[in-house]
Amino acid sequence: MLASVGHPFVLALPVVVLAMFLWIARRERRLGLVQGPGYFQRNGVPIGLFLLIAVLAWAVFMIVLPQLFMIELSFRPKLPPSQTFGPRDVYSLQNYHYFLYGSPTSSANWNTVHLRAFWQTIVASIVVTFANFALCYPLAFYMAQVAGAARVRFLLLLLITPYWVNEILRAFAFRVMFASSGLINKLLLAGGLVAEPIDFLGLDVGMYAGLGYAYMLLMVFPLYNAIEAMPKAQIEAARDLGAPWWHIHLFVVMPFARPGIASGCTLVFMLTAGALAAPLVLGGPRSLWFTPIVYDRFYQAFHWPQGSAYALILLLTCIAFVLAVMRIGKLSLVEITR
Amino acid sequence: MNSRMINRIMVGFYLVVFFAYLFGPLVIMSITAFNTSPYPAVMPFEGFTLEWFRILFADKDMMIGLQNSLRIGVLVVLISVPCGLAGAILMHQVLPRLRNYYYIVVVSPVLTPGVIIGISTVIFWKDFTAATGASFLYDGLILASLGQSSFISAYCMLIFLSRLQRFDHALEEAGLDLGASNAQVFRHILIPYLRPAILSASVMAFLSSFENYNTTTFAILADKTLTTVLAGRVRQGSTPAISALAVTIIAVTVAGTIVYELIKRREDARKAATMRRAQDAERLEMAAA
Repeated sequence: MLASVGHPFVLALPVVVLAMFLWIARRERRLGLVQGPGYFQRNGVPIGLFLLIAVLAWAVFMIVLPQLFMIELSFRPKLPPSQTFGPRDVYSLQNYHYFLYGSPTSSANWNTVHLRAFWQTIVASIVVTFANFALCYPLAFYMAQVAGAARVRFLLLLLITPYWVNEILRAFAFRVMFASSGLINKLLLAGGLVAEPIDFLGLDVGMYAGLGYAYMLLMVFPLYNAIEAMPKAQIEAARDLGAPWWHIHLFVVMPFARPGIASGCTLVFMLTAGALAAPLVLGGPRSLWFTPIVYDRFYQAFHWPQGSAYALILLLTCIAFVLAVMRIGKLSLVEITR
Repeated sequence: MNSRMINRIMVGFYLVVFFAYLFGPLVIMSITAFNTSPYPAVMPFEGFTLEWFRILFADKDMMIGLQNSLRIGVLVVLISVPCGLAGAILMHQVLPRLRNYYYIVVVSPVLTPGVIIGISTVIFWKDFTAATGASFLYDGLILASLGQSSFISAYCMLIFLSRLQRFDHALEEAGLDLGASNAQVFRHILIPYLRPAILSASVMAFLSSFENYNTTTFAILADKTLTTVLAGRVRQGSTPAISALAVTIIAVTVAGTIVYELIKRREDARKAATMRRAQDAERLEMAAA
């Protein structure tokens, strides 16, 4: 199909959906399913208009249309501006084909470089997410159930402070530590533990440490909120009934804190898989992360359609992860994003 | 040594390790900002210097980037606080049957990686501004603000939603019954109730915008912000001037946090005093009657 034919449909889609919204609202009112004052009666015209315009501007022009345009572009070929919407501007799967099989001229069967980077990113993100959970859960539990109010306030302040420093500087701090002439190597050498400096950055140790560090706060907060809502009596009851400590956590606290756990894990996974700063600053020359590849598609290869396809693949992976978490935890989206 | 003691020691040890991981890298980086060594290093500490701060503030690109970051931050606050507020208020008015779909749409940016938001913003606005002839809108600062606002509005909306959950709608009805117009109820009841949330949403929006990299690096086009300049510098190589920037940011935010705490404490004390006075007055009145 020609892009010149399909493109107007993309623009029309939000309009159609909005019209359907309106139609359903009208029908429900006519059928008497909804009662009470109408929208403009309830809010008054000026405020009603303000609310509508603000939400439409945001939802349509900042969320929906950009995503739709990106999806559409990912199915189109790379063409000079003069040929856009011309006869050669046809929808196809060639950008996705490239992701799987590489360029048609290469002799390899699969696009191993990109596929391996993608796979590595997903696996590493899952590992980082679990490591984060293991590290943050005890702190969240301590703050929510053990520590006093003043101490919790202090700990929260301590937790937030490092996050005012932006991601790149945080990654840079890890580079200073892990560099071959950095503090850790100096200490190892001085202690006689190693004969020559270890290339932590080349081995990606720095990158994983930095990735794990970057989003800890977003794991602690949901966990803390969820565990804090739990009545202390439940834990005491379990203890009185003779449950060992790991039993209490595994079968009493964690099931209760399920929404918080899911929320923390999805956020951390999404942010880690989409991280750009830590891989750029801390990644060794051989390390492969998916987001820098996407970046290069855009601003090195200037192949925007292909970049869009890659971005969409990343987005779909994140959606799949969110859905999987929702399914495993038997949760709704509202509970996860609270 | 009983098990309670062991437990306490373990908790203490864990807390120390956790916060060492949290602060260790930042502390080490901060020290390197004051070392004369041309490469960021702690050991050996060759001598104390403030030279790196001078170099940092003389860095023209950084200063231009800083200005742009501040502009974008203000713009983002102006866009995303009203949008988030409207989104939260409408959440209670959308038909229950459609509420879920509405929620999915407006909350999706929170769960979308920042790079994707940046990419889609650029693609859309490039096409859209070219098609409508409004090519002056195809500007790095505007695109970065729009891209960031897409998800920062959602954060703001979540803040407003949690505040609105505790809102007593009877207040609105009372206002309307007493003859106030809808606009008056909105201005004199809802907005004052939401004021703390508006304040915290604004601060949050500005800070998220200021430190954002993933969305900005795509949407900024040929312009630069502090974070994108910084990313370029860091990729070129390590210099203690970068550490100096980190020290500056940490100092500003720590100062800000302390001021905020002080203001908050004073306000709490004032509130408590007002409460006490009111209770005293009430007691006196009761005694008199």
